[in-house]
Amino acid sequence: MGYVTASATDHKQPRAGIAFILKKALISAFVALVLFSLMIGIRTEAGPTGQLIYWTRFGELATLVAIVFVGSIAIELVRQWLGPAGASQLVPAPVQNGLAAAGRYVAPALLIFTLLVPVIFYRQRYILDLGILVLTYVMLGWGLNVVVGLAGLLDLGYVAFYAVGAYSYALFATTFGLSFWICLPIAGILASLWGVMLGFPVLRLRGDYLAIVTLAFGEIIRLVIVNWQSLTGGPNGISSIPRPTLFGIPLTPGPNGLAAKLGIAFDPTHRLVFLFYVILAMALLTNWVTIRLRRLPIGRAWEALREDEVACRALGINTTTTKLTAFATGALFGGFAGAFFATRQGFISPESFTFQESALVLAIVVLGGMGSQLGVALAALAMIGGFELFRGLEQYRMLVFGIAMVLLMIWRPRGLIGHRAPTVYLKQAQAISSDLVKEGHG
Amino acid sequence: MDYFAQQLINGLVLGSIYGLIAIGYTMVYGIVGMINFAHGDIFMIGGFIALISFLVLVSFGLTAVPVVLLIVLLVSMAITALYGWTVERIAYRPLRHSFRLAPMLSAIGMSFVLSNFSQVAQGARVKPVPPIITGGYTLHQGSSGFVVQLSNVQIVVVLTTIVLLAIFTWLVARTRLGRDMRACEQDQTMAALLGVDVDRTISMTFVIGAALAAVAGMMYLLYYGLVDFFMGFVAGIKAFTAAVLGGIGSLPGAMLGGLAIGLIETFWSAYFSVEYKDVAAFSILIVVLIFMPTGLLGRPEVEKV
Repeated sequence: MGYVTASATDHKQPRAGIAFILKKALISAFVALVLFSLMIGIRTEAGPTGQLIYWTRFGELATLVAIVFVGSIAIELVRQWLGPAGASQLVPAPVQNGLAAAGRYVAPALLIFTLLVPVIFYRQRYILDLGILVLTYVMLGWGLNVVVGLAGLLDLGYVAFYAVGAYSYALFATTFGLSFWICLPIAGILASLWGVMLGFPVLRLRGDYLAIVTLAFGEIIRLVIVNWQSLTGGPNGISSIPRPTLFGIPLTPGPNGLAAKLGIAFDPTHRLVFLFYVILAMALLTNWVTIRLRRLPIGRAWEALREDEVACRALGINTTTTKLTAFATGALFGGFAGAFFATRQGFISPESFTFQESALVLAIVVLGGMGSQLGVALAALAMIGGFELFRGLEQYRMLVFGIAMVLLMIWRPRGLIGHRAPTVYLKQAQAISSDLVKEGHG
Repeated sequence: MDYFAQQLINGLVLGSIYGLIAIGYTMVYGIVGMINFAHGDIFMIGGFIALISFLVLVSFGLTAVPVVLLIVLLVSMAITALYGWTVERIAYRPLRHSFRLAPMLSAIGMSFVLSNFSQVAQGARVKPVPPIITGGYTLHQGSSGFVVQLSNVQIVVVLTTIVLLAIFTWLVARTRLGRDMRACEQDQTMAALLGVDVDRTISMTFVIGAALAAVAGMMYLLYYGLVDFFMGFVAGIKAFTAAVLGGIGSLPGAMLGGLAIGLIETFWSAYFSVEYKDVAAFSILIVVLIFMPTGLLGRPEVEKV
């Protein structure tokens, strides 16, 4: 076996030499030429008579092939310059622990900055809106983190709970006229009931199968929302959902509004600031509950389940309740976030609850390092901020998102913050690289 | 009864298409142990390439339908197979020994890349084509005036599927490549020690799966007369359901599962509601996984500690 591995590594040694690089780049360019020949080289569109017509785009095709050729050479040069793969990943332990120490100050600094955002950027509605959006995803990420990061159950249908929360609030508010603060817990509880309903059947499933079933579940919820027109309004969605109030005082320009009561001039920004602090409080609640739960037996059981389900069972942990509570807790926060989303938008439709949304939240959790609260927050900031950068290139956004997801997985499959801080330790807590953690098939 | 017979025919045709896609899922799962999430989008790319090559051929003045179809089939299979190869090379091979979520997420990313690539490259609107194969046979004229028809397209779809399956079964059962594939499925390390090129075998698995998906894409185009960039997602999940229903890892199972899903979907649409046909398919996936995780023809998975 030793001989085999040795020869395998010899084989993978980078072979310097311009001929090798050129040959590789030529092959890549040829592959790109074939791949793009019809898809890029020829553009089809329905003509004025409904008949399909086509025109050629050989210029674009040539450009793309040239980009692949040059890019392939560049990648090969960078790879040779970096040396054999694997060497760069061995970060010495003191550096890692130093980073972990620095990380202790990042979180409070970030929190203080977030608290001050509405003060600093009071006049910039765009930044406030973006901040609310980022915080919504931070909350969703923290909620999903309970299921995926802590309990190790891969959930591709998280958006279903988000949808349940949003529709519960929208329906209760528009039909019965209940206020946001009464509907919020109802939405959360309903979502977590759905979480348990999903959890029961999938108890015996593992890994990829679990992922597909949760994906199917998410799609079923969306399809039911689309088709149950009498209740949900179908593809048209529900509009004129009431805005949240400050304990019954609406944030409107009228005489009953908050501005009039406080005796200050009305400003639509007040509501944005209010929404900002509401979602911040909700996200922090999620974070706080998660951190506290991790210290309880149930949280320890989640992490044990993630690492090894069989060992978990052998130690007498009830995996049924462990999995169900994970699903229910995750879904609860998803439902809260959904209710907030509905009240912020004032309008919801099934289009907001597609699989892409689930994938985005999952990407945030994975990018954040699966289980790291700070990592998830930073990842949400990076992802949503990155999305905003591509706002002008609307149709390229998902393409770039997909490419980023693939590259990220290849570059850092364990996420940005790839270390595990143990919750239980002997004498001294020492963060270890998560590359060393073997994950079971939860 | 006539109505039933007609739906049976329609269901079998649809099931053939699903079965062809399902084979790609089941082969990859059998060998690499991952769900190739981008496989549905490979099917979509196959449909697009068939459409474009068909348009180009017709504009060059080729009108003999069988010749055109054969060329389109070969071009579509070849280019889509290269897509399958590239996807494996870029997104899956570097992650083969990574932790278990990584290939899955990379596959989801690849699925977004492929579907949005074709949206950017070819536009978001549905591409219709006029019926290429026309005509058919009337099998039975009912007393109530309902006619059971078997169109030529349906015959072509089913015949192509049968021929390809025969070739494919021969490939897996009798050739060196098929033997290598089965060896890798059982034990990759041992296969490597015995001189099987594991990387190449896995690549070939993706190539064959993609080529079959391309055929499915072309059949879809012939049968429904349209393609769009989003069709891979739902078709992919249904084909995966078929693979699971048949028992993942089992090739005849994939075809059987495909036919079953096609029939269930068609009958559901015919007798209950068209709106909820996808819900029905997804519910079957959930029910099958819960009560029969090994499917119809699958082997039970033994977990070793």
